[in-house]
Amino acid sequence: MAFWRLFARNRSAVMGMIILILIFLMAISAPLFFPADPFSLAGQSMSPPGENGFLLGSDSLGRDVAAGIAHGAKTSLLIGLLATLVAVFIGVIMGALAGYYGGIVDNLLMRTTEMFQTIPSFLFAILLVAIMKPSIESIVIAIAVVSWPAVARLVRGEFLSLRNREFVLACHTLGMGDVRIMLGEILPNCLSPIIVIGSLMVATAILIESGLAFLGLGDPNIMSWGFQIGAGRTLLRSAWWVCTFPGIAILLTVLAINLVGEGLNDALNPRLRDRS
Amino acid sequence: MEGSKRRARYVLKRLIQAVPIVLAIVVLNFFLLQLAEGDAVDVLAGEAGSATPEYMAELREKFGLDKPLIVQLGVYLKNVVTLDLGYSFRHDMPVSQLVFDRFIPTLLLMTSTIFLAVGLGIVLGLVAASGLNTWRDTAISIFALITYATPLFWVGLMLIVVFSLNLGWFPTSGMEDFAMFYEGWDRVVDIAHHLVLPTITLSLFYLALYTRLMRASMLEQAGQDYVTTARAKGLTERRIVFVHVLRNALLPVVTMAGVQVGALIGGSVIVESVFAWPGLGMLAFEALFARDLNLLLGIFLLSAVLVVAVNLVVDIIYSTLDPRIEMA
Repeated sequence: MAFWRLFARNRSAVMGMIILILIFLMAISAPLFFPADPFSLAGQSMSPPGENGFLLGSDSLGRDVAAGIAHGAKTSLLIGLLATLVAVFIGVIMGALAGYYGGIVDNLLMRTTEMFQTIPSFLFAILLVAIMKPSIESIVIAIAVVSWPAVARLVRGEFLSLRNREFVLACHTLGMGDVRIMLGEILPNCLSPIIVIGSLMVATAILIESGLAFLGLGDPNIMSWGFQIGAGRTLLRSAWWVCTFPGIAILLTVLAINLVGEGLNDALNPRLRDRS
Repeated sequence: MEGSKRRARYVLKRLIQAVPIVLAIVVLNFFLLQLAEGDAVDVLAGEAGSATPEYMAELREKFGLDKPLIVQLGVYLKNVVTLDLGYSFRHDMPVSQLVFDRFIPTLLLMTSTIFLAVGLGIVLGLVAASGLNTWRDTAISIFALITYATPLFWVGLMLIVVFSLNLGWFPTSGMEDFAMFYEGWDRVVDIAHHLVLPTITLSLFYLALYTRLMRASMLEQAGQDYVTTARAKGLTERRIVFVHVLRNALLPVVTMAGVQVGALIGGSVIVESVFAWPGLGMLAFEALFARDLNLLLGIFLLSAVLVVAVNLVVDIIYSTLDPRIEMA
């Protein structure tokens, strides 16, 4: 409960949380308000917002922009969360092994991490999706592959500073196995920074996903905000609304997640709390 | 004498460290190529319309595609070292030729972006830190927060709507107006005119980054002992900020400028495809549409090597600027 009090002290974080909850509600209620396939023709094409029964207008094929945004929310949140989970999973394993064992293992894993950090990540994600063919799975894998190094570095640092503490030495004396010490004893002690970096990573993942979809590398069967903007860019002159509203949706979502992430950082890392 | 010897050794050491990374990237590139469905012969056969299996087997033998993977890797490494990045069948040109042709516009865009983002970021960070918790600080922080969360391609499109379509101040796309046959100075002005919107778009994200970094860096330096000393000496606040704090606060910002080059290349793919800027990013976008994997891998390889090179240069400059950097 102390955590919530600390979190609530940060007003912008609470605002971010409220926006995020609203977007989440929009995502799960999309089939209720817009039962039709968001790819289907819903009426007069190129309707400006508010006309012909379209709240946010329609595109050149008569697809409802509002329906696309509601259905796209699920895609963005889902891909953002899944990709982050996979990235955190890989990053924790790599970082834990490197930090715990040190020596050659550390050297090898950190060189690998360095290589992945050197590669231009967005270009690498484009390549991976293009090679694997666009689908939810390939997009999640591509985003995870370019995102895990940051987690690995963080976890390695934490493990490095914790592995010689008294409680870990005591575990060794008790005869605990390495895996049990890593997962059961050290990992729980570095959960807060992992949660913070993970929450911020969801935001980056959503931005990468929208960029991929904008370039035409989205899953062709699933509506997403990036796809809407990519499809609407040729209509900029005649129908500004097709590009504008999905972009605002991305902006609000990413902003909300960043605010929540910073709030978590303030609440979970007491050392940093009172720094301006 | 001793110092320059140590510096030379440091540069050599960093060069040697860069070799395995470049090598690993080349190997990764090779395996990505293997992972893709179909090989060069399939592409050729597809282009030709039809080909008998015997003819395709013959072609595979000719290109060495029937050899064991390790031999093919050796051949690939040798080709890359001699700057042979394969052939783009769509453009009917060697990949290396295409990539080098498109390199200059990207370099132009990236240079102007780095100058705008770093320069303005330093100024905004400075203003925010010197007026801590005033309305200026809040406004700059909110601006940074919003630009940090905005997708680049959307900013680009919105800028086009406002400044090109409605106000008519800037061209919507391209690098120059070929129909005007500008020469000399007029051509430079024309290119600069086309450069404005892409540069603003690409710099926004990094601007937010550098603003936050500069603000944090200034605040950190402001708490140091030497600032107290300077204040005790009776120096004015203005002199303390501009002469003492600023110099020290700049260092982390300069390092970040190098680290971000990789991300900048990714951003340029998006920005160039929005503004039809004829650089590497646009080429990557075209390659993506044409399913020209060879070309895409060539662009990827070149940009990865570019990042390694820039990081190397930044490290070396940094070690010269700040002798405290460990050179052992």
